Amino acid sequence: MTIISRGFSGRRSGAEAKLPPGQYLTTDFPVLSAGPTPHIPLDRWEFTIDDGSNVLKRWDWKSFRELPSETITTDLHCVTRWSKLGTSWEGVPLDVLVADVKSDLPYAMFRSYGDYTTNLPLKDVMNKQAWIAFKYDGADLEPEHGGPARLLVPHLYLWKSAKWVKGMTLMPHDKPGFWENLGYHIYGDPWKEQRYSNE
Amino acid sequence: MEGTAVLERVTWRAAKVVAVHDETATARTLALAVRDWPGQVAGQHVDVRLTAPDGYSAVRSYSISSAPSSDGRIEITVERLPNGEVSPYLTQEVMVGDELELRGPIGGWFVWRRDQTEPIQLLAGGSGIVPLMAMIRSRRSAGSSAPFRLLYSVREPEKVFYRDELRTLSNQGDSVVITYAYTRVTPNDWPRPAGRVDASLIATSTWPSTAGPTIYVCGPTSFVEHATDLLIAGGHDREKIRTERFGATGERK
Repeated sequence: MTIISRGFSGRRSGAEAKLPPGQYLTTDFPVLSAGPTPHIPLDRWEFTIDDGSNVLKRWDWKSFRELPSETITTDLHCVTRWSKLGTSWEGVPLDVLVADVKSDLPYAMFRSYGDYTTNLPLKDVMNKQAWIAFKYDGADLEPEHGGPARLLVPHLYLWKSAKWVKGMTLMPHDKPGFWENLGYHIYGDPWKEQRYSNE
Repeated sequence: MEGTAVLERVTWRAAKVVAVHDETATARTLALAVRDWPGQVAGQHVDVRLTAPDGYSAVRSYSISSAPSSDGRIEITVERLPNGEVSPYLTQEVMVGDELELRGPIGGWFVWRRDQTEPIQLLAGGSGIVPLMAMIRSRRSAGSSAPFRLLYSVREPEKVFYRDELRTLSNQGDSVVITYAYTRVTPNDWPRPAGRVDASLIATSTWPSTAGPTIYVCGPTSFVEHATDLLIAGGHDREKIRTERFGATGERK
Protein backbone atom coordinates (compact mmCIF):
# COMPACT_ATOMS: atom_id res chain seq x y z
CA MET A 1 0.00 0.00 0.00
CA THR A 2 1.34 3.38 -0.95
CA ILE A 3 0.18 6.48 0.80
CA ILE A 4 -0.24 9.54 -1.40
CA SER A 5 1.18 12.63 0.28
CA ARG A 6 -1.37 15.42 -0.02
CA GLY A 7 0.03 18.34 -1.96
CA PHE A 8 3.34 16.72 -2.83
CA SER A 9 4.33 16.87 -6.47
CA GLY A 10 8.09 16.54 -6.29
CA ARG A 11 10.61 17.98 -8.66
CA ARG A 12 11.48 15.85 -11.62
CA SER A 13 14.65 16.67 -13.45
CA GLY A 14 14.32 14.19 -16.28
CA ALA A 15 17.60 12.65 -15.15
CA GLU A 16 15.92 10.03 -12.98
CA ALA A 17 15.85 7.69 -15.93
CA LYS A 18 19.60 7.24 -15.57
CA LEU A 19 19.48 6.72 -11.82
CA PRO A 20 19.03 3.53 -9.81
CA PRO A 21 15.73 3.28 -7.90
CA GLY A 22 15.34 5.61 -4.93
CA GLN A 23 18.28 7.84 -5.84
CA TYR A 24 18.30 11.58 -6.52
CA LEU A 25 20.76 13.62 -8.47
CA THR A 26 23.27 15.94 -6.86
CA THR A 27 25.97 18.09 -8.38
CA ASP A 28 27.76 18.45 -5.03
CA PHE A 29 30.08 15.79 -3.69
CA PRO A 30 28.80 14.97 -0.19
CA VAL A 31 31.06 13.29 2.35
CA LEU A 32 30.07 10.34 4.49
CA SER A 33 32.51 8.85 6.98
CA ALA A 34 32.08 7.17 10.33
CA GLY A 35 34.91 9.00 12.06
CA PRO A 36 37.61 11.63 11.74
CA THR A 37 39.41 12.04 8.45
CA PRO A 38 42.89 10.49 8.70
CA HIS A 39 45.74 12.50 7.25
CA ILE A 40 48.32 10.08 5.91
CA PRO A 41 51.77 11.37 4.93
CA LEU A 42 52.82 9.91 1.60
CA ASP A 43 56.14 8.70 3.01
CA ARG A 44 54.20 6.52 5.45
CA TRP A 45 51.57 5.31 2.99
CA GLU A 46 51.55 1.73 1.79
CA PHE A 47 49.21 -0.73 0.14
CA THR A 48 49.51 -4.44 0.84
CA ILE A 49 47.79 -7.60 -0.34
CA ASP A 50 47.71 -10.53 2.07
CA ASP A 51 45.94 -13.85 2.39
CA GLY A 52 45.26 -13.62 6.11
CA SER A 53 48.61 -15.03 7.11
CA ASN A 54 51.24 -13.79 4.65
CA VAL A 55 51.80 -10.48 2.92
CA LEU A 56 51.84 -11.30 -0.77
CA LYS A 57 52.46 -7.84 -2.24
CA ARG A 58 53.51 -4.46 -0.91
CA TRP A 59 53.81 -1.02 -2.50
CA ASP A 60 54.98 2.27 -1.08
CA TRP A 61 53.64 5.47 -2.62
CA LYS A 62 56.47 5.76 -5.13
CA SER A 63 56.23 2.21 -6.43
CA PHE A 64 52.43 2.41 -6.46
CA ARG A 65 52.49 5.55 -8.58
CA GLU A 66 54.84 3.90 -11.05
CA LEU A 67 52.14 1.34 -11.86
CA PRO A 68 50.12 1.89 -15.02
CA SER A 69 47.03 4.00 -14.30
CA GLU A 70 44.04 5.07 -16.31
CA THR A 71 41.34 7.71 -16.25
CA ILE A 72 37.80 6.69 -15.42
CA THR A 73 34.55 8.55 -15.97
CA THR A 74 31.74 7.02 -13.98
CA ASP A 75 28.53 7.58 -12.03
CA LEU A 76 28.49 7.32 -8.22
CA HIS A 77 25.58 6.07 -6.14
CA CYS A 78 25.59 6.55 -2.36
CA VAL A 79 23.32 4.52 -0.10
CA THR A 80 22.24 7.82 1.49
CA ARG A 81 20.43 8.33 -1.84
CA TRP A 82 22.47 10.85 -3.74
CA SER A 83 23.89 10.01 -7.12
CA LYS A 84 26.48 12.02 -9.00
CA LEU A 85 26.92 11.47 -12.71
CA GLY A 86 30.00 11.64 -14.89
CA THR A 87 32.70 11.92 -12.22
CA SER A 88 36.27 11.79 -13.40
CA TRP A 89 39.06 9.85 -11.68
CA GLU A 90 42.54 8.53 -12.22
CA GLY A 91 43.62 5.25 -10.64
CA VAL A 92 45.38 1.94 -10.90
CA PRO A 93 43.07 -0.92 -11.93
CA LEU A 94 42.92 -3.75 -9.39
CA ASP A 95 43.75 -6.06 -12.30
CA VAL A 96 47.26 -4.58 -12.27
CA LEU A 97 47.66 -5.02 -8.53
CA VAL A 98 46.60 -8.65 -8.35
CA ALA A 99 48.07 -9.67 -11.72
CA ASP A 100 50.82 -11.90 -10.33
CA VAL A 101 49.25 -12.77 -6.98
CA LYS A 102 49.14 -16.54 -6.65
CA SER A 103 45.86 -17.19 -4.89
CA ASP A 104 42.45 -18.57 -5.69
CA LEU A 105 40.69 -17.11 -2.66
CA PRO A 106 37.42 -15.67 -4.01
CA TYR A 107 36.70 -12.80 -1.57
CA ALA A 108 38.55 -9.77 -0.28
CA MET A 109 38.32 -7.54 2.78
CA PHE A 110 39.57 -4.04 1.96
CA ARG A 111 41.24 -2.29 4.87
CA SER A 112 41.66 1.44 5.44
CA TYR A 113 43.62 3.84 7.56
CA GLY A 114 41.23 4.67 10.37
CA ASP A 115 40.23 0.99 10.63
CA TYR A 116 37.38 0.99 8.12
CA THR A 117 36.78 -2.28 6.31
CA THR A 118 34.51 -3.43 3.50
CA ASN A 119 34.09 -6.82 1.83
CA LEU A 120 33.88 -7.58 -1.87
CA PRO A 121 33.87 -10.68 -4.07
CA LEU A 122 37.13 -10.71 -5.98
CA LYS A 123 35.26 -11.02 -9.26
CA ASP A 124 33.70 -7.61 -8.59
CA VAL A 125 37.05 -5.87 -8.50
CA MET A 126 38.50 -7.58 -11.59
CA ASN A 127 38.06 -6.83 -15.28
CA LYS A 128 38.24 -3.04 -15.07
CA GLN A 129 35.50 -2.79 -12.45
CA ALA A 130 37.61 -1.33 -9.63
CA TRP A 131 40.57 0.99 -9.15
CA ILE A 132 42.76 2.42 -6.43
CA ALA A 133 42.09 6.05 -7.31
CA PHE A 134 44.42 8.90 -6.42
CA LYS A 135 43.10 11.80 -8.50
CA TYR A 136 39.62 13.28 -8.70
CA ASP A 137 38.73 15.80 -11.38
CA GLY A 138 42.39 16.11 -12.36
CA ALA A 139 43.66 17.01 -8.88
CA ASP A 140 45.16 14.99 -6.03
CA LEU A 141 42.38 13.34 -4.07
CA GLU A 142 41.44 15.43 -1.01
CA PRO A 143 41.69 13.68 2.38
CA GLU A 144 37.98 14.13 3.09
CA HIS A 145 37.18 12.24 -0.11
CA GLY A 146 39.63 9.46 0.73
CA GLY A 147 43.04 10.79 -0.28
CA PRO A 148 45.77 10.01 -0.80
CA ALA A 149 44.09 6.97 -2.36
CA ARG A 150 40.75 5.22 -2.18
CA LEU A 151 39.11 2.20 -3.66
CA LEU A 152 36.66 3.00 -6.46
CA VAL A 153 34.04 0.33 -7.23
CA PRO A 154 31.39 2.40 -8.96
CA HIS A 155 28.96 -0.40 -9.85
CA LEU A 156 28.19 -0.86 -6.13
CA TYR A 157 26.98 1.61 -3.49
CA LEU A 158 29.73 4.03 -2.58
CA TRP A 159 30.40 2.66 0.92
CA LYS A 160 32.17 -0.19 -0.90
CA SER A 161 34.61 2.33 -2.36
CA ALA A 162 36.71 2.44 0.81
CA LYS A 163 38.42 5.76 1.50
CA TRP A 164 42.06 5.89 2.73
CA VAL A 165 42.55 2.33 1.57
CA LYS A 166 45.71 0.59 2.71
CA GLY A 167 45.28 -2.98 1.65
CA MET A 168 43.21 -6.03 0.88
CA THR A 169 43.03 -9.36 2.64
CA LEU A 170 42.02 -12.32 0.48
CA MET A 171 39.50 -14.63 2.12
CA PRO A 172 38.05 -18.09 1.43
CA HIS A 173 34.53 -16.97 2.43
CA ASP A 174 32.60 -13.70 2.35
CA LYS A 175 32.56 -11.84 5.66
CA PRO A 176 30.90 -8.51 6.55
CA GLY A 177 32.99 -5.34 6.89
CA PHE A 178 32.23 -2.22 8.93
CA TRP A 179 28.89 -1.03 7.55
CA GLU A 180 27.90 -4.55 6.54
CA ASN A 181 28.16 -5.49 10.24
CA LEU A 182 25.93 -2.54 11.09
CA GLY A 183 23.02 -3.66 8.98
CA TYR A 184 23.96 -2.67 5.47
CA HIS A 185 23.74 -5.13 2.62
CA ILE A 186 26.54 -7.66 2.19
CA TYR A 187 26.82 -6.88 -1.57
CA GLY A 188 25.20 -3.47 -2.23
CA ASP A 189 23.97 -3.36 -5.83
CA PRO A 190 22.27 0.04 -6.34
CA TRP A 191 20.26 -1.17 -9.34
CA LYS A 192 18.68 -3.87 -7.12
CA GLU A 193 18.43 -1.34 -4.29
CA GLN A 194 20.38 -3.58 -1.91
CA ARG A 195 20.71 -0.98 0.86
CA TYR A 196 20.05 -2.92 4.02
CA SER A 197 20.76 -6.44 5.13
CA ASN A 198 17.24 -7.77 4.61
CA GLU A 199 16.82 -6.46 1.05
CA MET B 1 32.76 -3.32 16.92
CA GLU B 2 29.45 -2.91 18.65
CA GLY B 3 25.89 -2.39 17.57
CA THR B 4 25.02 -5.29 15.35
CA ALA B 5 21.51 -6.24 14.38
CA VAL B 6 20.47 -2.71 13.70
CA LEU B 7 17.96 -3.30 11.02
CA GLU B 8 15.75 -6.14 11.97
CA ARG B 9 12.79 -4.89 10.04
CA VAL B 10 13.18 -2.13 7.52
CA THR B 11 9.73 -2.16 6.08
CA TRP B 12 7.77 0.93 5.07
CA ARG B 13 5.27 1.99 7.70
CA ALA B 14 2.40 4.42 7.63
CA ALA B 15 2.97 7.48 9.79
CA LYS B 16 0.53 10.23 10.70
CA VAL B 17 1.60 13.75 11.53
CA VAL B 18 0.23 14.42 15.00
CA ALA B 19 1.92 17.74 15.82
CA VAL B 20 4.16 20.32 14.20
CA HIS B 21 6.35 22.88 15.91
CA ASP B 22 8.59 25.49 14.33
CA GLU B 23 12.08 25.47 15.85
CA THR B 24 13.36 28.42 13.80
CA ALA B 25 12.23 30.37 10.73
CA THR B 26 13.53 27.53 8.56
CA ALA B 27 13.25 24.39 10.68
CA ARG B 28 10.26 22.45 11.89
CA THR B 29 9.77 19.51 14.20
CA LEU B 30 7.17 16.94 13.16
CA ALA B 31 5.73 14.50 15.66
CA LEU B 32 4.72 11.30 13.92
CA ALA B 33 2.58 8.42 15.10
CA VAL B 34 4.03 5.37 13.39
CA ARG B 35 2.16 2.13 12.98
CA ASP B 36 4.01 -0.76 14.67
CA TRP B 37 7.05 1.38 15.42
CA PRO B 38 9.73 -1.01 16.80
CA GLY B 39 11.55 1.63 18.87
CA GLN B 40 14.92 3.25 18.32
CA VAL B 41 18.27 4.03 19.87
CA ALA B 42 19.33 7.67 20.27
CA GLY B 43 21.17 8.89 17.18
CA GLN B 44 19.34 6.76 14.63
CA HIS B 45 17.51 8.11 11.60
CA VAL B 46 14.56 7.22 9.42
CA ASP B 47 13.87 7.27 5.71
CA VAL B 48 10.81 9.35 4.83
CA ARG B 49 8.99 8.64 1.56
CA LEU B 50 6.62 11.09 -0.10
CA THR B 51 4.52 9.96 -3.04
CA ALA B 52 2.75 12.21 -5.56
CA PRO B 53 -0.67 11.30 -7.00
CA ASP B 54 0.94 10.01 -10.20
CA GLY B 55 3.17 7.60 -8.26
CA TYR B 56 6.37 9.65 -8.36
CA SER B 57 8.11 9.33 -5.03
CA ALA B 58 11.10 10.84 -3.25
CA VAL B 59 12.91 9.55 -0.17
CA ARG B 60 15.18 11.40 2.24
CA SER B 61 16.78 10.50 5.56
CA TYR B 62 16.11 12.49 8.74
CA SER B 63 17.52 12.07 12.22
CA ILE B 64 15.13 11.33 15.04
CA SER B 65 15.20 14.06 17.71
CA SER B 66 12.99 12.46 20.35
CA ALA B 67 13.95 10.00 23.05
CA PRO B 68 12.76 6.42 22.65
CA SER B 69 9.22 6.03 23.95
CA SER B 70 6.74 3.23 24.07
CA ASP B 71 3.81 5.08 22.50
CA GLY B 72 4.85 4.61 18.87
CA ARG B 73 5.62 8.29 18.41
CA ILE B 74 8.81 9.78 17.13
CA GLU B 75 9.88 13.31 16.29
CA ILE B 76 12.07 14.47 13.47
CA THR B 77 13.38 17.99 12.95
CA VAL B 78 13.78 19.10 9.35
CA GLU B 79 15.82 22.08 8.16
CA ARG B 80 14.52 23.61 4.94
CA LEU B 81 17.13 23.53 2.18
CA PRO B 82 16.88 26.37 -0.33
CA ASN B 83 16.55 24.09 -3.35
CA GLY B 84 15.27 21.03 -1.57
CA GLU B 85 12.68 18.68 -3.00
CA VAL B 86 11.37 17.15 0.21
CA SER B 87 12.35 19.55 3.00
CA PRO B 88 10.17 22.47 1.74
CA TYR B 89 7.17 20.13 1.80
CA LEU B 90 7.92 18.87 5.29
CA THR B 91 8.59 22.35 6.70
CA GLN B 92 5.86 24.33 4.91
CA GLU B 93 3.16 22.13 3.42
CA VAL B 94 2.59 19.35 5.83
CA MET B 95 -0.27 19.62 8.34
CA VAL B 96 -1.45 17.70 11.35
CA GLY B 97 -3.41 14.70 10.10
CA ASP B 98 -1.37 14.21 6.94
CA GLU B 99 0.06 10.77 6.26
CA LEU B 100 3.41 9.79 4.90
CA GLU B 101 5.57 6.69 4.92
CA LEU B 102 8.74 5.98 6.78
CA ARG B 103 11.02 3.12 7.60
CA GLY B 104 13.67 2.53 10.16
CA PRO B 105 15.20 3.01 12.55
CA ILE B 106 18.44 3.02 10.59
CA GLY B 107 22.04 3.32 11.73
CA GLY B 108 23.97 1.50 14.43
CA TRP B 109 27.18 3.49 14.67
CA PHE B 110 26.28 7.07 15.52
CA VAL B 111 24.26 6.06 18.58
CA TRP B 112 24.32 6.53 22.33
CA ARG B 113 23.07 3.60 24.37
CA ARG B 114 21.75 3.94 27.89
CA ASP B 115 24.30 1.47 29.26
CA GLN B 116 27.14 3.84 28.33
CA THR B 117 28.33 5.39 31.59
CA GLU B 118 31.46 7.22 30.39
CA PRO B 119 31.53 11.01 29.90
CA ILE B 120 29.91 12.07 26.65
CA GLN B 121 30.99 15.00 24.51
CA LEU B 122 28.57 16.22 21.87
CA LEU B 123 29.56 18.71 19.17
CA ALA B 124 26.82 20.08 16.95
CA GLY B 125 27.13 22.28 13.90
CA GLY B 126 23.79 23.89 12.98
CA SER B 127 21.07 21.32 12.41
CA GLY B 128 23.59 18.64 13.41
CA ILE B 129 22.06 19.16 16.86
CA VAL B 130 19.13 16.87 15.96
CA PRO B 131 20.54 13.38 16.68
CA LEU B 132 22.53 14.79 19.60
CA MET B 133 19.32 16.15 21.11
CA ALA B 134 17.93 12.63 20.91
CA MET B 135 20.92 11.51 23.00
CA ILE B 136 20.38 14.27 25.57
CA ARG B 137 16.69 13.40 25.83
CA SER B 138 17.45 9.68 26.05
CA ARG B 139 19.90 10.31 28.85
CA ARG B 140 17.12 11.89 30.85
CA SER B 141 14.40 9.39 30.01
CA ALA B 142 16.76 6.54 30.88
CA GLY B 143 17.62 8.13 34.22
CA SER B 144 21.28 8.00 33.21
CA SER B 145 23.86 9.88 35.22
CA ALA B 146 26.49 9.85 32.46
CA PRO B 147 27.99 13.34 32.43
CA PHE B 148 27.25 15.08 29.11
CA ARG B 149 28.74 18.18 27.57
CA LEU B 150 27.42 19.84 24.45
CA LEU B 151 29.27 22.35 22.31
CA TYR B 152 26.70 23.81 19.90
CA SER B 153 28.05 25.85 17.01
CA VAL B 154 25.32 27.89 15.42
CA ARG B 155 25.21 30.88 13.12
CA GLU B 156 23.14 33.17 15.31
CA PRO B 157 20.85 32.96 18.34
CA GLU B 158 17.74 32.77 16.17
CA LYS B 159 19.04 29.57 14.60
CA VAL B 160 19.17 27.61 17.86
CA PHE B 161 16.88 24.55 17.89
CA TYR B 162 15.17 23.39 21.11
CA ARG B 163 16.07 26.72 22.72
CA ASP B 164 13.78 26.64 25.75
CA GLU B 165 14.46 23.02 26.53
CA LEU B 166 18.23 23.53 26.36
CA ARG B 167 17.98 26.60 28.57
CA THR B 168 15.99 24.64 31.13
CA LEU B 169 18.57 21.85 31.06
CA SER B 170 21.37 24.37 31.60
CA ASN B 171 19.59 25.90 34.57
CA GLN B 172 18.93 22.59 36.25
CA GLY B 173 22.57 21.71 36.75
CA ASP B 174 21.61 18.30 35.48
CA SER B 175 25.09 17.26 34.34
CA VAL B 176 24.45 18.43 30.80
CA VAL B 177 26.83 21.34 30.38
CA ILE B 178 26.03 23.40 27.30
CA THR B 179 28.30 25.86 25.52
CA TYR B 180 27.24 27.89 22.49
CA ALA B 181 29.61 29.06 19.78
CA TYR B 182 28.00 31.69 17.56
CA THR B 183 29.70 31.88 14.20
CA ARG B 184 28.11 35.04 12.74
CA VAL B 185 26.01 36.93 15.27
CA THR B 186 26.20 36.69 19.07
CA PRO B 187 23.66 37.72 21.70
CA ASN B 188 24.30 41.08 23.35
CA ASP B 189 27.11 41.10 25.89
CA TRP B 190 28.32 37.69 24.75
CA PRO B 191 31.90 37.18 26.01
CA ARG B 192 33.24 35.52 22.88
CA PRO B 193 33.26 37.30 19.53
CA ALA B 194 31.44 35.59 16.66
CA GLY B 195 33.60 33.00 15.00
CA ARG B 196 34.01 29.32 14.38
CA VAL B 197 35.00 26.86 17.05
CA ASP B 198 38.72 27.08 17.79
CA ALA B 199 41.32 25.28 19.89
CA SER B 200 40.86 27.50 22.95
CA LEU B 201 37.10 26.95 22.99
CA ILE B 202 37.63 23.22 22.67
CA ALA B 203 40.13 23.37 25.55
CA THR B 204 37.86 25.35 27.86
CA SER B 205 34.44 23.88 27.11
CA THR B 206 34.86 20.21 26.21
CA TRP B 207 36.02 17.12 28.08
CA PRO B 208 39.80 16.70 28.14
CA SER B 209 41.08 13.47 26.64
CA THR B 210 42.10 12.36 30.15
CA ALA B 211 38.39 12.11 31.06
CA GLY B 212 38.04 9.40 28.42
CA PRO B 213 34.91 10.71 26.75
CA THR B 214 33.14 9.19 23.79
CA ILE B 215 32.65 12.03 21.31
CA TYR B 216 29.85 12.54 18.79
CA VAL B 217 30.26 15.19 16.11
CA CYS B 218 27.41 16.03 13.73
CA GLY B 219 27.01 18.85 11.25
CA PRO B 220 28.04 20.06 7.83
CA THR B 221 31.17 18.44 6.44
CA SER B 222 33.29 21.57 6.91
CA PHE B 223 32.31 21.75 10.59
CA VAL B 224 32.94 18.07 11.24
CA GLU B 225 36.34 18.13 9.53
CA HIS B 226 37.40 21.23 11.44
CA ALA B 227 36.10 20.07 14.82
CA THR B 228 37.56 16.56 14.58
CA ASP B 229 40.96 17.96 13.56
CA LEU B 230 40.90 20.16 16.68
CA LEU B 231 39.87 17.25 18.89
CA ILE B 232 42.67 15.03 17.60
CA ALA B 233 45.18 17.88 18.00
CA GLY B 234 43.85 18.13 21.57
CA GLY B 235 44.90 14.57 22.27
CA HIS B 236 41.70 12.58 21.73
CA ASP B 237 41.92 9.09 20.26
CA ARG B 238 40.30 8.92 16.86
CA GLU B 239 38.66 5.66 17.93
CA LYS B 240 36.62 7.62 20.47
CA ILE B 241 35.21 10.04 17.89
CA ARG B 242 32.09 9.21 15.91
CA THR B 243 30.93 11.48 13.15
CA GLU B 244 27.93 12.14 11.01
CA ARG B 245 28.33 14.60 8.15
CA PHE B 246 25.80 16.16 5.87
CA GLY B 247 25.93 18.55 2.98
CA ALA B 248 28.54 18.99 0.31
CA THR B 249 32.21 19.72 0.51
CA GLY B 250 32.95 23.34 1.14
CA GLU B 251 29.29 24.18 1.43
CA ARG B 252 28.77 27.56 3.01
CA LYS B 253 25.62 27.87 4.99
